[in-house]
Amino acid sequence: MVTVAESNLPPRSSWLAIMSKRLFDGPVNTVVTLLCIGFFAWLLYWIIDWVFLSSIWSKDDVEQCKEATGACWSVIHARHRIILFGLFPFEEHWRSTLACVVMIVTMIASCVSWFWTARRLSILWVAGFATFYVLMQGGYFGLTTITPERWGGLALTIFIFAAVSIIGMPLSVLLALGRRSKLPVIAKLVGLFIDFFRSLPLLTILFTAAVITPFVLPGWLQGDKLYRVIVGFAIFFACYQAENIRAGLQAIPPGQDEAGLTLGLSYWHRVFRIQLPQAFRNSLPAIINQFVITFKETSIVTIVGFFEILASGNAAYGTGEWTQHYIEVYAFIGFIYFIFVFSLSRYGAYLEKRLRVGHV
Amino acid sequence: MSAVAVILIGMVINTRNALSAQSLTTGFGFLERSTGWDFSFSVIPYDISDTYTRTIIIGILNTLLLGILGIFFATLIGIVIGLVRTSKNYLFSFLGTVYVETFRNIPLILQAVFWYSIVSHLPRPRSAHSLGDVAFLSGRGLYIPWPNISIVALGLILLALAVWLFLLPTLRTRLPTMSLFRMIKRLGWIGLLGAMLAIAYVGRIPDTPLFDIPKLAGLNFKGGVRMPPELSALVIAIALYGGAYIGEVVRAGLMSVPRGQIEAGYVNGLSNFHIFTKIRLPLAVRAVLPSLTNQYVQLMKATTIGLVVGFSDFFFIISTSINQSGQTLELLAILMVGFLIINLSIAFVMNTINKRIALKGYEVKA
Repeated sequence: MVTVAESNLPPRSSWLAIMSKRLFDGPVNTVVTLLCIGFFAWLLYWIIDWVFLSSIWSKDDVEQCKEATGACWSVIHARHRIILFGLFPFEEHWRSTLACVVMIVTMIASCVSWFWTARRLSILWVAGFATFYVLMQGGYFGLTTITPERWGGLALTIFIFAAVSIIGMPLSVLLALGRRSKLPVIAKLVGLFIDFFRSLPLLTILFTAAVITPFVLPGWLQGDKLYRVIVGFAIFFACYQAENIRAGLQAIPPGQDEAGLTLGLSYWHRVFRIQLPQAFRNSLPAIINQFVITFKETSIVTIVGFFEILASGNAAYGTGEWTQHYIEVYAFIGFIYFIFVFSLSRYGAYLEKRLRVGHV
Repeated sequence: MSAVAVILIGMVINTRNALSAQSLTTGFGFLERSTGWDFSFSVIPYDISDTYTRTIIIGILNTLLLGILGIFFATLIGIVIGLVRTSKNYLFSFLGTVYVETFRNIPLILQAVFWYSIVSHLPRPRSAHSLGDVAFLSGRGLYIPWPNISIVALGLILLALAVWLFLLPTLRTRLPTMSLFRMIKRLGWIGLLGAMLAIAYVGRIPDTPLFDIPKLAGLNFKGGVRMPPELSALVIAIALYGGAYIGEVVRAGLMSVPRGQIEAGYVNGLSNFHIFTKIRLPLAVRAVLPSLTNQYVQLMKATTIGLVVGFSDFFFIISTSINQSGQTLELLAILMVGFLIINLSIAFVMNTINKRIALKGYEVKA
């Protein structure tokens, strides 16, 4: 049955008509379209040629790399274990692989809407993170202990990202609530704290955490350099995320909270049942964007001396026969980052559409 | 509150103990000592016997140079990409999308080391790529021509420009008709250009041509200005990465202009060009300034990754100073205050512009 609303819609033009209107109306537009087609065809051919057609794949064919016009993937073939696992002991690489898979599955699972309650999400992440940690660190179930100094490559990147998220998210909620506190002292102090960290480059904070904190903290509180850097990173992340959450909190009509008050709900009930669910929904794009940025920024820890994927990539082409093939290594690492970051940001765009943020 | 105070006091005591254990003195006296170490690049002349104060100032100048160059080119790229992405031709706007998604989804630091490898693997100066025989691209950096103008003449030129820009709004309100103002404006620009060229010619360093063009002499280039590979790579990386972000900001701004405004332009018979320059662009600029400020501050903070390719920026100088002098806490305080001042200045300038050009009664949602 056709409803009145549907029958009043303007007739839909065919796909072909839209295309020809968008692409071929007028001589200028046609020329632009043809140029674009030409450019894309050239780009696509060039990429396919470089990556597949004229490239060398096996590590036994290193000699052919000198003549090849395409990529020399032999370097990845020969050195991929360094790039992915860093200095992790060779015979234990399966643990690092498994740990990465567990963490990636955790990330993917938290995109499923069934997990979207505070309890399920926290159980999922704590479980995923604990599994990751036990696999990497070892010491239980007959696994040999491998200390964080020897972690590296993709596993370290994922570990830093996961740890920063798992510490930073609860902290960011606390900071956001603190900044909106009714007590002016707390609101001002938290505001100052957030603005201070936001005004500094991430690198200075990581540097401070790695180099300076040993002066300031007593010995039993210092922990490993890796954990200090992660805590510093998490505070930085939380300060940005808190502002996103606060924006979401501010967009909630005051009537919502007042309704809770008249029903006699306590502060925490109002926060967890009324305010936060709506705040997260309101600022979901910004929150996911912050995760995207954080994943990219994990690469900065390479400067304070960690062997994450960028540093291990540099090491991979740093020796003798491979020095000429830095482009392939960077392309490989860039591709790995691209997959993570791009899928995360596409997921954010999908969610935005699904929850119709901005159309309420 | 008291708990916070106890923690803070505890940290101070702990710090003092740790410092005295390593027999380090506190205070800013070390700033007067000479450094005794070398670094890669400086905007102003320096040598290794310079004091810490001067070295740190050089670091700040280097960061400002990198930031300004990077932001300038990022803005240019961003405007182009924003325009491409708002094109109604699907394929053309898809071109912009490909650009944005490629450069935005790869970490800046990876892009920086990538470009650094590319630039430093370029051929030696002897077989450098020539760009029209005035600029040369080689593994030792980019050589560009540079005007032989004294600092005084340069100051005069900038002063003339500033005075003219300052006079323009006053003229606009004082002159009786708009057409007279337009004529004077046009004449003024031509006159100003002539005056600037004259000052440059008269004020050039004696007995040299107006431009110093790099020339191959032996194994290296003489003359002109050299942009070292570190700086070139970082500028390229920041410009391409920032351009993708600024492109999105520009696109959002252009799309935020209400359709009615553009349709009103059509109804009044304006050409496409005028609709763009007189309606869409001015409204879009007002809409994007706050988020543009944000991007600029972000890019300025991103210059700290210069360390990874060995560019002697502010952070590089500070971290080397910490290694060499051991005055960790003081140097860190200088670093934080420095970045606070730079970022607050950017925000101040942009907010002032924002307030100046704001339209009354036209509220834009960011």
